Amino acid sequence: MARTALRGRLTWQAAAVVSVTGETASVVTIELDPPHWPGHHAGQHLDVRLTAEDGYTAEREYSIASAPGEPVAITVERLEDGEVSPYLTGELRAGDELELRGPVGGYFVWEPGDGGPLMLLAGGSGVVPLRSILRHRRRTGSDVPARLLYSSRSWQDVIYRDELGQDHDGVQVSYTLTRGHPAGWTGHTGRINQALLERVAWPAEAGPLAYICGPTSFVETAAAALVGLGYPPERVKTERFGGTGGR
Amino acid sequence: MSPVSRGFRHLRRAPDGQESRLPPGQYVTEGFPVLSAGPTPHTPLENWTFSITQGGQAKKSWTWQEFRALPAETITADIHCVTRWSKLGTEWRGVSVDTLLDAAGYDAPYVMAFCDGGYTTNLPLADITGGQAWVAFGYDGGPLEAEHGGPARVLVPHLYFWKSAKWVRGLDLRDADEPGFWETYGYHMYGDPWREQRYAGD
Amino acid sequence: MDALDGNAIGGLLIDVFGTEMTAASSTCATCGASRPVAELVVYRQAPGTVVRCRTCGSVLMVLVRRADVTSVDLSGLASLSQPGSALSRQAA
Repeated sequence: MARTALRGRLTWQAAAVVSVTGETASVVTIELDPPHWPGHHAGQHLDVRLTAEDGYTAEREYSIASAPGEPVAITVERLEDGEVSPYLTGELRAGDELELRGPVGGYFVWEPGDGGPLMLLAGGSGVVPLRSILRHRRRTGSDVPARLLYSSRSWQDVIYRDELGQDHDGVQVSYTLTRGHPAGWTGHTGRINQALLERVAWPAEAGPLAYICGPTSFVETAAAALVGLGYPPERVKTERFGGTGGR
Repeated sequence: MSPVSRGFRHLRRAPDGQESRLPPGQYVTEGFPVLSAGPTPHTPLENWTFSITQGGQAKKSWTWQEFRALPAETITADIHCVTRWSKLGTEWRGVSVDTLLDAAGYDAPYVMAFCDGGYTTNLPLADITGGQAWVAFGYDGGPLEAEHGGPARVLVPHLYFWKSAKWVRGLDLRDADEPGFWETYGYHMYGDPWREQRYAGD
Repeated sequence: MDALDGNAIGGLLIDVFGTEMTAASSTCATCGASRPVAELVVYRQAPGTVVRCRTCGSVLMVLVRRADVTSVDLSGLASLSQPGSALSRQAA
């Protein structure tokens, strides 16, 4: 099939790195300024490519953390044995260039017209595309009710803590911490399971639309649990990350 | 070439003085990447057999106990994956393919290794006899882990590592060289890393 | 290494098809299950990318990248269709 030579989302472009901002001890948000950005939808991702001097390349996908209309940003978690994430979280700085392609994705996306109520389930850095969805919801003035259940190792690992905070703007937020919790913690603990979702998730009769993102094991447990609670499978959208969060 | 990413280092060269151990286009890795075309099988050992087959018949078959009673060797080898990582000095325990073929008797120029999960790969008899190949059940001093091909995998280190088929259950003797799984999808029929035979036509 | 899903190969599929494909509907030629490409099981850490049916495990697509060209074998699919356009093929 003939290759098309379109600029924009089908081809690689070098984007200026505007800023690299720490979110947690192992997570940064990178704001980018690509020369030919066609705009994106909430939930999409972009592909990043690094090239070493000997021509070696490494490619990874990262969910877009910003809402449509905001400057393009990705949030990256440093994986201990990663090849790309240590560079993005430790070496990359404002003024550098980062090669990217995107936006990519037509399935794990949400527009206000898609309705709800929204049931968002985040495992670790799986919160990134869900934050784009919540920001888009707020920026468009949507009144679709939304619930976010965010599973994280610890409170220190929760990304966007101040922004997500507690309930706000018609979004009910709850957390489950899996490896330790602060003194006086009143949220949930332990890995996500059907019993927790039965307490926290919209009941199936409300006709919710679910988006689940995180490591594969998290997504599969959560998706099975929602279907077990009566959510139709076609109303449960899933996006699996590799390892502990990145792809 | 795409623009170089400032400060992105590719530090996986061979240790000093050992560059000659790396085939062209390869990099050394400290880890042991897990590559797979499908889910990790988990065949219980009481159901596991290894067979030499031909024309739809098993010429010889071993249960796990029978297989583990065969003479085994320790093999130290450099391994080279077509995805460009190499791992130097890996240590394995395995039964020589010579032992298995001699017990079955054979008269064929090629084999197709067949595995749990449906993976296959083709090999010339000339490359898996004479002490060049094993069915390995141990790695790095312990049992071969499932994600790396356990309970047993082919080990033929002089070819790209996709030929060292994981979760192997037998070798089917063939009159002709037919493409296995990756060979069908464009990888090289032989796969010599020293001639960089990654893809068909290389 | 856990399998991923079709979301992870969105960019790769744009290389091959020239357009976004994760929302396209796939039908397995072996068991007949239909689901969006995004929900298929993807094994990406391999000499090539192998996409399998989530219901029966059969291989649906194999993508191999060689230099700048990505080849794709779709023989495990009965059909692949976008809403509003049909890219359907008969099973071999």
